[in-house]
Order: sequence, then structure tokens, then C-alpha cells
Amino acid sequence: MSETAQSTRSLAPAEPLVFEYSRPGRGAYSLWPSAEGAAPALPGHLRRQEPPALPAASELDIVRHYTRLSQLNFSIDTHFYPLGSCTMKYNPRACNAAALMPEFAGRHPLASAAHSQGFLACMYELQEMLKAVSGMQGVALSPMAGAHGEFAGVAMIRAYHRARGDLERREIIVPEAAHGTNPATAAMCGCVAREVGVGADGDVDLAALRAAVGPRTAGIMLTNPSTLGVFERHIEEVARIVHEAGGLLYYDGANLNAILGKVRPGDMGFDVIHMNLHKTFSTPHGGGGPGAGAVGVGPRLLPFMPVPVVAQEPGGYRLLDEKDLPQSIGRLTGFMGNAGVLLRAYVYMRMLGREGMSRVGEFATLNSNYLLAKLRQAGFVAAYPERRASHEFILTLKEMAREQGVTAMDIAKRLLDYGFHAPTTYFPLLVAECLLIEPTETESLQTLDAFVAAMRSIREEALKDPELVHSAPHSMPVRRLDDVRAARELDLAWRPAAT
Amino acid sequence: MSNAPADRRYARSHEWVRDLGDGTVEIGISDHAQNSLGDLVFVEVPETGRTLAAGEACAVVESVKAASDVYSPLSGTVVAVNEQLASAPELINQQPYEAGWIFRLRPADGAGVAGLLDAKSYLAVADSE
Amino acid sequence: MPFIPHTAADVQTMLEAIGIPSVETLFEEIPAALRIGALEGVPSGLNELQVLQLMSARAREDGRPLCFIGAGAYDHFIPSAVWSLITRGEFYSAYTPYQAEASQGTLQSIYEFQSMITALTGMAVSNASMYDGATAVAEACLMAVRANRKSKSARILVPRSMHPHYRAVARATTANQGLVLEELPFARASGQTLAETLKGYEGADITALVIQQPNFFGVLEEVDELTDWAHAQGALVIAAVNPTSLALLKPPGQWGSKGADIVIGDGQPLGCPLSSGGPYFGFMTARMEHVRQMPGRIVGGTVDLDGRRGFTLTLQAREQHIRRGKATSNICTNQGLLMMAGTVYMALLGAQGLEHVASACMSRTAELVAALSGLPGVRPLFSGAHFHETVLRLERPVAPILEALAARNIEGGLDLTPFYPEFGPSLLVCATESRTRADINAYALALGEVLKNVRAA
Repeated sequence: MSETAQSTRSLAPAEPLVFEYSRPGRGAYSLWPSAEGAAPALPGHLRRQEPPALPAASELDIVRHYTRLSQLNFSIDTHFYPLGSCTMKYNPRACNAAALMPEFAGRHPLASAAHSQGFLACMYELQEMLKAVSGMQGVALSPMAGAHGEFAGVAMIRAYHRARGDLERREIIVPEAAHGTNPATAAMCGCVAREVGVGADGDVDLAALRAAVGPRTAGIMLTNPSTLGVFERHIEEVARIVHEAGGLLYYDGANLNAILGKVRPGDMGFDVIHMNLHKTFSTPHGGGGPGAGAVGVGPRLLPFMPVPVVAQEPGGYRLLDEKDLPQSIGRLTGFMGNAGVLLRAYVYMRMLGREGMSRVGEFATLNSNYLLAKLRQAGFVAAYPERRASHEFILTLKEMAREQGVTAMDIAKRLLDYGFHAPTTYFPLLVAECLLIEPTETESLQTLDAFVAAMRSIREEALKDPELVHSAPHSMPVRRLDDVRAARELDLAWRPAAT
Repeated sequence: MSNAPADRRYARSHEWVRDLGDGTVEIGISDHAQNSLGDLVFVEVPETGRTLAAGEACAVVESVKAASDVYSPLSGTVVAVNEQLASAPELINQQPYEAGWIFRLRPADGAGVAGLLDAKSYLAVADSE
Repeated sequence: MPFIPHTAADVQTMLEAIGIPSVETLFEEIPAALRIGALEGVPSGLNELQVLQLMSARAREDGRPLCFIGAGAYDHFIPSAVWSLITRGEFYSAYTPYQAEASQGTLQSIYEFQSMITALTGMAVSNASMYDGATAVAEACLMAVRANRKSKSARILVPRSMHPHYRAVARATTANQGLVLEELPFARASGQTLAETLKGYEGADITALVIQQPNFFGVLEEVDELTDWAHAQGALVIAAVNPTSLALLKPPGQWGSKGADIVIGDGQPLGCPLSSGGPYFGFMTARMEHVRQMPGRIVGGTVDLDGRRGFTLTLQAREQHIRRGKATSNICTNQGLLMMAGTVYMALLGAQGLEHVASACMSRTAELVAALSGLPGVRPLFSGAHFHETVLRLERPVAPILEALAARNIEGGLDLTPFYPEFGPSLLVCATESRTRADINAYALALGEVLKNVRAA
């Protein structure tokens, strides 16, 4: 280990476990309901004998503990967060304020029609706006994440073929560069994923595609712009090839931010799309969700949409269920999905409006191309130098890895010391030692320049003092963690010491 | 450059087979395989007594970044499994050809090593990946 | 421009650096035929004042009726500190904790959640959440198929006394993966799933038995008997539970002689507002031996290069890998922020606080039932032990009654007639600790009036 990497910081954890604040007899008593009347007795054999090992601490202890934990995090609110394919744009606070208005926050999912019209109006208008930006004929809001939306999409494709008596169609074509959820989703729907190659310029190999389609093709799953950060230039030809073979086109909307307001997936020939509302429509990422993966469908798949769907009728708004949509793939959520997330997306879309949405695609792409140009000037290598960047782009560090022993992951970790969250490093798998960088449209020129300066500095460090980069980060609450040990010696829950 | 001892045969899917001379064979994964997986954290071994077909997935080796199936190179019956791997999966990384063996098989009648590669041919396949 | 900080000068600087004359040049690779002009169907933008005025108006339209509906979503009091903490930007706007060194706040919170929810359910391991309780049931069924090596049938027994939406989601999610979900009848008199009904399955290859406790009717099942039966058949036990009830009820880890194998449920009662049905979070805990079959993210404790304790996502290889011949899950983004709400809620209330909440709910519901049963033609359908919900039998069709109550600003409960027509007109009612005696009296008064009017009609 290099001298510079040796730490003189305390080895004590930045913040103890919440359980360490527990003391017998301590509690946040003002939060307990008042004891009016005795509860009915429960049968003895069904009763809990020992209380669960939850914390017994004061309200101040808990507030202080979680406040301090929050301060250990990077977030959009605190740091530039150019995670490719995640669209880490600013989450407007107005969206949260609206969603937490007491009438919305307190509305029961099964409330009567009389107490639902305001909320359902927002949901209906959200469906309509999403149809407009995607170019699709129907929208279902209930899937709760991108992967959930993918599941709905592929399930609808299967249901479509089954309804036509075409039971042989069980192959889903995915490009080599596809996100891991694509083939996993195919498997969940009883399909088999079939890969086609991607050319050196980043477009799907049309010859390989023609060879891969046939009577067993259920459909193709594509992202456009692709996961390689470039626009699929032959998309209309891809659509023709797949449709002629009898298959349908599924659009993975993870990269919708690049084309919002400029191009619509429906116009490109897609039959079904999922949109990540927590990406493109700026609902909060929350440290791992909640998301929302609304699906849009073309006319072929309208009858198969998952329920519930919001309808506008002369008597008011209503949720349609399995009785209204007998060919629906069914219900995919306990109630109607992540309604609070949908409200936030609705407010965001109302604030952007039609002009604002067109600007999203423009400025996301402008920021991305600017960053790409400056980073190339700083000596970094683009994976697809001949192509324009979409809203994101890929740098490859394989030369630096080979010559200095400094990997993309090392650069990512060193960026943390400079106060930037790392770009995406593990994906796409096709490009060795890659950094997938997506600035989003909400970042300023100054922030982008600061990022370039940091990258420039790290590159110099890699050339002059590679060990410094290799052993980064140095200034975070923890240094690199032993994930082999985490998997071999499983420590997955705190337990009170045996008495 | 990984190594592959000459005293055994290899499958294209990176398993090796060694004849124990008593009617059973020993099976594990190659040095190339353990190197690409990285530090192993868990190994799932087949049940003793299970009958396997050639090419059937029968075990799983799991590292931090991947979980890979191990395919039986021959058909036969599992007669023994390496119990040590439960507490020390890293044996496969440290000694893929000796202490890191995964299971032993009694080959079915007629099951032969004809379709398997010798060490030199296997290395050519592995290094080209 | 909302949320876009660029000035004209900034744009000029950037275009020069890229070496292009205009922003439009960036889109020249896109075929011209695909380019759209203005977005029809999207209204013009609103500023923040305007949009909040719009939302206030919409909210006022819906108002704040008194809520006596449960059915999987419960109107509990949420301490003010919960949302004040979790809407801190550092939690609210963070991503999934892939870069562990920059995410110790989120990772330690997840570890604490895993610790609390395993303690509450009496199990060994937990994941970092699923979408909701309904999808968690589906995932548990898929997991049981993977975990139960001895069973080849993929047959799962699901009680009809379980939430109808949970059953529907389980079917829709597992339909294409060859699982067979078979519905078990419940006893008409008690509302319970009795061991007798399982006799027909003795000796059959059953992969798992699902037990919901309390069940959809609020009725308490004989969990020990059902658990032991399942294990004797070589079937795994999937327990679907209400987290608040676990302050008072025996946790699934102690059901029968061996305890449940997989436990799932909806965490909504722990700090998640009703919010029209979501976002909530599903939780899943299990026996240690099944940890590698568990879907979703898992956080583990470890040390860093200096030996400092830290937390990281672990067992990730199983997530992305597609196991041939076995069912899989594709879950990525989960419900992290709501899981955090649950963590803070449990930390604030502690075991004693949670027990008080659970007891208060049972008291309020008992009072509600007493008050309403005093009205003509209203009686409880089941007489056995229940948690904080129960079914009331009415003499008149329920839908018009609920409509009339709604007009009086009361959400009276869930009409069960569409789901269980054999009950006749019946209503699932619930009173949480948030309902006061005055609220209950108001409901009884209103229902009395409504019933009189209906009778007269």
C-alpha cells in the first residue's frame, strides 16, 4: 500500500447503529396513541411472547441519528451525479409539496368516486400527456418501476400472440448491449432471449437481425438512443424487419430524456414502451426507489393493458378493471401502483409544459456533447468517436488500464474525493473499462467545467501517481469495502447480544 | 496465461475431468475459469446419488460479480462432493486442480472422454476467449 | 426556462466548444421524417404558484372524509419526524447505493431496516424491499419454487381468504412461468382456512402453502396447525402478515414447530401515507438457508481497507444471473424511500410504541363494531378473534349505503359483495388508532340515518 494511502483517521464508524441508542425505559412517548379502553383479548397460543428487538430511544436520538446518516450520502441535492442511464436531474420540490397535500396523502385507494375526482383528474391528464410525448394510443400507469413496466410490456406481447392463436412465438430479440433486466424480463414471461450483434458504429446489425427473425419471434426489445449512447439510425428499417416477420417492437424508455419533445417512440414504429417516470419525469430516486414504469401501447396492444387504467366518462373519472378490459394481462399491483410518484410526475409535466419538454431533449443532448468535447480535449477516449452523443456518452479507459493499471472503477472512486458522484461503470458490458456519463439538462456550464477540471486532474494523477487513484477514495466516510468478505461472511442483520 | 495439467481432460465450458483409477472420476473447474470469476464466495454442490446427463448443469460457483453454472462433462452418478467448499470456497481459487475439486462421479456405461479436450487444445480455447 | 440554468452566453460557449453552429445540429442523425414539431396534447407550462394552486383546487375537490376502510391500506398516524427526515435531500435524491463509499447513509439505513424487520417477523434475513405486499406474494411463490428442491410440481396453495388483489397479482405475475396457484376455500362460519380443507392434498406434491395472518377479513388463522401440516407434506410455508399486528401476534418465525420459511407483507402501515394506494413497500424475510434464492437487494456489513466497519450491497451475483430452468425475478429499482420511512417509524415507536398502536387499533375497531351493531340490520359476520378489521353483514345492498355515507364525508368501508357474493351484502370495516370516539359516534349516527332513508325508499 502506498504511503499516501495510509489513513490516520479514526477507525470508529461515522455513526453507530441505531440500536446503540437504546436504553431500557427510554422511548418517544409523545408519539404513542393514548390508551382509551382495553383491547380485546387475543388467544394465548397466537400471542407474541417476547417483544421484537426494535430500538428504545428518544425522538432526539432518532432524529440526530438519521440526520447524521443522511450526511454520509451523496445525492443530487448535494453533488453532481452524472450516472449514465439513470437521468439524475433535479427533483423539483414543488412536486413533493403537491403530492403531500393532506387530501392527496390521506386519500384511501378504495375511496368512493365522490372523493376521487380531483386525484383521478390528475391521473387521467398524466395518461394523456404521456400518450402525447410517446406517440402511443393508450397508457397504463400501474407498473411500479422500469423493470415492472418491461414485464408488463413483454407479457402484453405474449398475450397478443396467444390471442391470435400464435403459440410458437416465444423468442425476444435483444441487442448484445442490452441492460440486464431485458433478458431477465423475457425469462419471467416464459420467453427466451435471443441476442443480435451491434456494429462497430453502435447500430444494430441489420443482417444479423434479418437472420434472427422468423415464425418464433415474439418481438424485439430496444432502447433508442441505445445503451451505447447513440441514436439507432436505422430504426425504421428495424421496425419493418421485425413487423414483417410478425413480431412486435418494445421500447425500453430508460433513455427517453435524450429525445423528449424531439422524437416519439410511437412514430418510430414501436408497439409498446415503458417510461421510467423516476428518470425522465424527475420523481425522486429515494436511495433505490420508489419508481414508476408507466407503459404506453399502440392500437394492437390496447386490449391487453394491465389494470387499473383511468377512464373519463360522462359521470366522471373511473378506474377500469378486469371486467372492463377482459383481455387485460391482469392486475400487477395491490392498488394502482405508486400513485404518489405519479402525482409528482404529473406536477413536473405541468410545470414543464409543451415548450419545457422540447427543451429537455435539447439541453440534455447539448450538455452531453459539450462534456464529451471537453473530456476528449482533456485526453480521454470516446468509445464511439464518430458519433454524436445522445444525452449520454461512453468513455473507454482500456488504454489507461493497460498502461497505468488504473481502471474505470479507480477513476470513479477518485471522483468521489473531488466531490462528484461517479458515472456508471459496470454497464454497458460491451465496452471494456467504460464510464457511461449522463449530465442531464439541469446542470450548468460551471458544474460541467468543474467536472472536466476534476477529470483532468485525475488523469494526471493516474499518469504520475497511479497508486493514489488505485486506492481511492481517501476522503469518504469509508475507504473501499471488502465485498468478498461481505458475501462470504454474511452479516445481514444486527442481533442483540445473547443474555 | 493460465495453466492446465496434462493428466486430465477438459470441456469447452471449463470443467476438467480426472480419472481416479477406481471406476470414478473427479471434476472441477479450470484455472482460467476461477481467474475470470474472481474470489469465490459460495459454491453449490450437487447431491450425492444424483444422476446426471452429460452437459447438465449440476453445480454453481458464485463470486462477487458472477454466478456461473458448472456442467457435468459426463453422464453418471454423483458419488462424492467436496464438503470443504461449504466453509472454504476459496479453495477453488487457490488450488483449482487439487483441493478445489467439486464432485466425483461414477460415469455411466459407455460415457467416455472422447469428446473432451486435452490440456493443450483446452488452453488454446481458453486463451482465445 | 424551468430547471434549465443555461443562459444564451452559456449556450454560445458550448456550441463553440463542440464546434457546431446550433443545437439543432445535434439532432441531424435523427431521420427528418421522425422529428416532431410542437407537442400536441400537452398544455403550456405553469409556474410553481400556478401549479400549486391547481393542485390545491384538485385536493379540495376530494376533501378529507373520515376513513373506515382498511383492506390492505391503513390510516395510521405518522409521526412528524418520519417525513421530515426522509425528505432530506440526501435521502430523497440519492440513487441506489452502488458506490458504497458515497452511500453509507442509505446502506446503513437498509441494514437497520433488515435488522428491525427480521426481529419483527422472527426470521433470519431480509431484502431491502419489494414493490408492495401483492407483488411480494408473487415473488415469494417464485422463490418457493426455487428453494423447495424436493418439490417438482410448482403447485402453490393460496387461501381464498387472502386479499383478492394479492391473489390477482400473484396470478398475473406467475402466469407465464408454469406455476399452478390453487385456491383453498375458507370456512363460512368462522372465515378461517381450516386444516380439514387440506386433507384432499395429503400425499400430493405441494411446493408451498400461503397463510395470511390476519386474513383479508381480519380473522385470525390457526397458523400453528397450518404450518405443521405444510411441513409434514414437504411444502414450504409463505406467511403474509400485517407488520403492526406483529407487535401483538406471534411472529411467523415461531409458527408451528419449525416456523415459516418465507415471510412477506406490505409495509404501508409503517410510516407510509395512504396516498391513493402507493408508494408503499413490500417486505420479505426468510430462513437463512434460503438467502440465495431471495430476490431484490440485500445489504451486508463488512470492513474497509483500514478495518473500519461499513455496509455494501451483497449477494448481487444472484440478481442479474438467469438460472436456466428456474423462475427468476427482474426487480431492480425497489421502494427505498418508503423502506426508510418504515425504518424511521419503527425506530421512533419501538416495540412498546408499536404495541400501543396495535392495541389501540383493536380497541377502536371493537368500539366501532359495537356502535354499528347496535343499528337495525347490522351484525358481525364472524365471531372469532380478529385484529383491527372485521366484516359486517347488512340487510340492504351496500353500494348505495356507502355512496350516501360518502356524501356525509364518511368512507364507511369496503363493499365485499363483488368479491364474496356468497356473504350477501357485507362490508369490511376498520378503525385505526387515528379514529376517535367522536369519529365512531359520527359514523354510527350517519349510518343510522342512511339506513332509515334506505328503508323508507
